[in-house]
Amino acid sequence: MRQSRKERLIVILTILPSVAAIILFVYGFIAWSVAVSFSNWKGILPDYSIASPLFKNFISIFKSQRFTIDIFNNIFFSFFFLALCVGGGLLLAILLDKSIKGEGVFRTVYLLPLAISFVVTGVVWKWIFAPSTGVNLLLTGLLSKIGIEHTVNFGWYTSTASIGPFNIALLPVIIAASWRYIGYVMAMYLAALRGIPAELKEAARVDGASEFTIYRRIILPLLKPITLSALIILGHISLKMFDLFYVMTGSGSGFVTDVPSIYMYETTFRASEYGRGAAISLVMLVMVAVVIIPYITISLRKET
Amino acid sequence: MVLFLVPVYVLSTTSLKSFEDVNIATMWNLPKGLNFQSFIDAFSRLKKNILNSLYLTIPATIISALLGSWNGYILSKWKFPGSNLIFTLILFGMFIPYQSILIPLVLVMRSIGLYGSIGGLIVTHVIYGLPIVTLIFRNYYAGVQNEIVEASKVDGSSLFGIYFHIMLRIAIPAFVVAIVWQFTSIWDEFLFAIVLTQNPNVQPATVALANLAGSQYVQWNVQMAGALIVTIPPLLVYLFLGKYFIQGLLAGSVKG
Repeated sequence: MRQSRKERLIVILTILPSVAAIILFVYGFIAWSVAVSFSNWKGILPDYSIASPLFKNFISIFKSQRFTIDIFNNIFFSFFFLALCVGGGLLLAILLDKSIKGEGVFRTVYLLPLAISFVVTGVVWKWIFAPSTGVNLLLTGLLSKIGIEHTVNFGWYTSTASIGPFNIALLPVIIAASWRYIGYVMAMYLAALRGIPAELKEAARVDGASEFTIYRRIILPLLKPITLSALIILGHISLKMFDLFYVMTGSGSGFVTDVPSIYMYETTFRASEYGRGAAISLVMLVMVAVVIIPYITISLRKET
Repeated sequence: MVLFLVPVYVLSTTSLKSFEDVNIATMWNLPKGLNFQSFIDAFSRLKKNILNSLYLTIPATIISALLGSWNGYILSKWKFPGSNLIFTLILFGMFIPYQSILIPLVLVMRSIGLYGSIGGLIVTHVIYGLPIVTLIFRNYYAGVQNEIVEASKVDGSSLFGIYFHIMLRIAIPAFVVAIVWQFTSIWDEFLFAIVLTQNPNVQPATVALANLAGSQYVQWNVQMAGALIVTIPPLLVYLFLGKYFIQGLLAGSVKG
């Protein structure tokens, strides 16, 4: 819109506080964290003396066994979390789109977990998977009902079993996280499915395509952009996830349920190793940026 | 569907059980009778923290929504050279892992005397909430025809006049989306809360609940009752304003 000089001045002055806050609290603070990550700061009092070598803190975390475990944990967690959410979300969306009766109720139930915080999610699922109570008892009970007397005694999140570098103890956390986010992916798919013109399906049906073929050949390809969005949004959530791990498991024995966010928190605020804590946080930032920056840039470009 | 409700079942049955009823053998059974003792226990432990959460969430939500409505208005209807770049810069703030700003945040809050206070958390949530509220309002106003703004300008309305007389009135749905979104996310937030408040009397409800759940001495039924109590405010918002909640949710995926 054409603007007079006075208007332009008001526009800039009124948006300035927000912009300044973001520049300082986001970009300035990231730069500040970089300075901390290159420093020798260890202990309560700030120490900005430059580490030598400069990347000392980064080298130290990459060499630490704990961080290696964290990275594998994060990969394993992210893979199954994404697979469950996208697979489950798509399935639920297709079922709901067929508009069975009581769709509203189903949608309300599937989206309900999103209103529940990760802390509460963690408290409840921690109980469900507690080895001495929870699911083990339920399974034992079910087995005895069908005549098998066997006490199920699985360790769940306390299990130290692993498949290669992947820790089984993460499974309960994956289930809890997926429980919370399947509805989100479902909502994204549902919105997209509703946008597909009915004539398209009708035309395919007239041509003799089966329901399965219609989904495989027409609907699924149209949903690809949504799948990509869901993967990126959930991917960056899973890289940052903190609350659920903190409440449900902590780092676990031998770090079986440790992730970088927990490592960063403990290193910085429990052990006061600020330099290393900042280094971990920046590795996290880079991982998230690799996923997010191309996505935002493309989304915004499309829009204009 | 059943699997989805398992946690809800567990949450409600366990919290209604008495201390004696919460034992290994009857874990998955329905409670023998309604027993509200655990709610009374949990509530007395969490009362202060729930109030803290309210003192934090309500002002932070209102301030966020107001700032977002202005920013969104400017960035959609009064674009200037560089405004799209500014919007992108603001938007990225939504996706960063907050760990990467946490150490400076603590230092700054300490030096301005807001560390360990609800005020500090309000400031934090307002600032880091700017991206999402700006996005919600910008997308909403982008759908309002430019002609409306142009016409009222011709009629002599000023920048502020258009905002107060036209935009604010038609933006009610966007306000509801932003308020619902900010209310639930700030209420549910944990990382800032645990890092910025150490004193149990100041901590918001999520942190107090996490401490309750981490304690060996607190019974499951009390933990579950506590979890249920802490969930009530966002749950009510969801049940009554679900449509707007979902809109906020989808706005977060940028394309909306």
